Amino acid sequence: MNSPQDNLYLPYMATIQEVVTETPAIKTFRVRLNDPAAMDNFQFEPGQVGQLSVFGAGESTFVINSPPTRKEYLQFSVMKVGELTGKLHSLRAGDQIGVRAPLGNAFPYRQMQGKDIVFIGGGIGMAPLRTLLLYMLDNRGDYGKITLLYGARSPADMAFSYELPQWLERDDMHTVLTVDNPADEWPHRVGLIPNILKEMNPSPQNAVAVTCGPPIMIKFTIQALHELGFADEQIITTLEKRMKCGVGICGRCNIGTEYVCQDGPVFSYAQLKKLPNEL
Amino acid sequence: MATTLFIQRGDIAAWLADTAATHTVYAPLRDKTGVHFHRLCAQDAAAQTQALELDRQAQTPPKNVLLPACETLLEFSYAKQEDGSTSLDVQPVMPQGAVLLFGPRPCDARAFTVFDRVYDAGRGKDPYYTARRAATVVASVVCTRPEQSCFCTAVGGAPDDTEGSDILFTPVQDGFIVRPLTQAGEAVLRHPLFTEAAHREEEAADVCAAARAAVPCAPADFTAAPEPVAALFDDMEFWQSVTAKCLSCGACTYLCPTCYCFNITDESNGLEGRRLRTWDNCMSFQFTLEGSGHNPRPTKAHRYRNRIGHKFSYYPRIHDGALSCVGCGRCISSCPVTMDIRRIVHSAMQRAQCATPEQAHE
Repeated sequence: MNSPQDNLYLPYMATIQEVVTETPAIKTFRVRLNDPAAMDNFQFEPGQVGQLSVFGAGESTFVINSPPTRKEYLQFSVMKVGELTGKLHSLRAGDQIGVRAPLGNAFPYRQMQGKDIVFIGGGIGMAPLRTLLLYMLDNRGDYGKITLLYGARSPADMAFSYELPQWLERDDMHTVLTVDNPADEWPHRVGLIPNILKEMNPSPQNAVAVTCGPPIMIKFTIQALHELGFADEQIITTLEKRMKCGVGICGRCNIGTEYVCQDGPVFSYAQLKKLPNEL
Repeated sequence: MATTLFIQRGDIAAWLADTAATHTVYAPLRDKTGVHFHRLCAQDAAAQTQALELDRQAQTPPKNVLLPACETLLEFSYAKQEDGSTSLDVQPVMPQGAVLLFGPRPCDARAFTVFDRVYDAGRGKDPYYTARRAATVVASVVCTRPEQSCFCTAVGGAPDDTEGSDILFTPVQDGFIVRPLTQAGEAVLRHPLFTEAAHREEEAADVCAAARAAVPCAPADFTAAPEPVAALFDDMEFWQSVTAKCLSCGACTYLCPTCYCFNITDESNGLEGRRLRTWDNCMSFQFTLEGSGHNPRPTKAHRYRNRIGHKFSYYPRIHDGALSCVGCGRCISSCPVTMDIRRIVHSAMQRAQCATPEQAHE
């Protein structure tokens, strides 16, 4: 019971390699498991999540937002909203944390092969999309057209800003950035994500849309996707809930019979529609 | 399994006292507040068992034995190193030692099978629970004096049910006819106070039959509840009306032998601390409150809907029809505002039936 493989509550000990300040509210943590063998053997799929521990403050769930194709470190982006995230934000390179991962299901990235992919991310909701996007860029030949629409409230609220120029420049993906309100020296789009999406008018033909963001954004994005002709099965999202155990036992993240920590966090809209409306 | 045995009523205390030398023994004892499962001290077991009470239902279920109200999962300590860095040591704290739980009614023992499906299944084996479960012998006593609030037979159980038990004690005039159900149960019965009693099996069967007949009639067979309860999900008027008087106190969850939801929190003192698991309560607003301030179950109606949904619909749909309620009735007898889960589930079933008249004729 002394190894994380035997004891599902025992985290891997890990060391923070680097902390990146993404926005005033979001920091990214790049961590490596202390046991080199555990780090080498660590397997996960894009979309899976992990529980980060600060011993003394507690544990919370975050998506692993580095792709499995890049194993130099595991990356988690954390928005400061409460006690644990506040404590995480105070940590620096070299500090010790616990990592329980991987947990939950993954994006259906195999079934998405050969299809055009439309990513629609809002705010911190870009984090889980980043995993899948980088995975697809690292396996570029397996996927069709890749489009990214990423929006935030203001330019300063845009996470991963250091990567955006590369994405904008790539000729094998189409990137559109937007902010809610006009801002100085902002060369990109201005407007709410669902409206910009409708203007972009991506074809639903042989396509899958993957969206994540605040609940209100997801709601109107799904409406927009429907207007554009995307069927429920072609819309994928990933959910958040308050979680504790992360393995379907502790009983708080369920939507009816489905436990978001274990049966999710990734669901198609077709799956969500069959569940009780308790998001 | 070994043959049927017999023990005199007056010898139970001696057997428990002897067993307390090798096992942590829990038994229902009378105390100032009623009847509760207490741990017997090896030295004092003989005196403690004077207060043994098997004729009344314990007010609190023995779920503490397998799922402590508060347990340490991990201990951690930070230490300053000479080079100025801080090291961190984290060690799990695993349950130790053999346990005998004597005297739960069969409903309380059956409740452990509700846990087993969740804590000891493919979805994630809980090492703390499974260690306790494997080390615990459950010796149930046939329930011959049901409470007015009992309804075990309406949820698939019975006062002589053996599910979840290792031994079944059937009370008779002069003592107990004892049936070991597992090898672990058989082992704790290897004691000179038990005598061979195969010839009294029929007598035990008669007691069990009488016990089944004595269970109060429930308003419905709740094993048929999963579909109707699910069908009422969006009927907020119903959930609001049945929870109008609920205080959200959570007594029902803490007293429920099948409620197993928990919280995990850290407690630290200087450089040391522990990660704790504690019972949690789905009737609390904080249970599902998210960091953003959003709450998927914002009112007591939403929360009670999940409580009933989980016990009578979601859980049975995941676990082959088994309800997450054993009909012990504690949530009824202890509710400060007299909410009655039997009436509520029955109303839900009736209301769902009225909403779909075409199905009612099938």
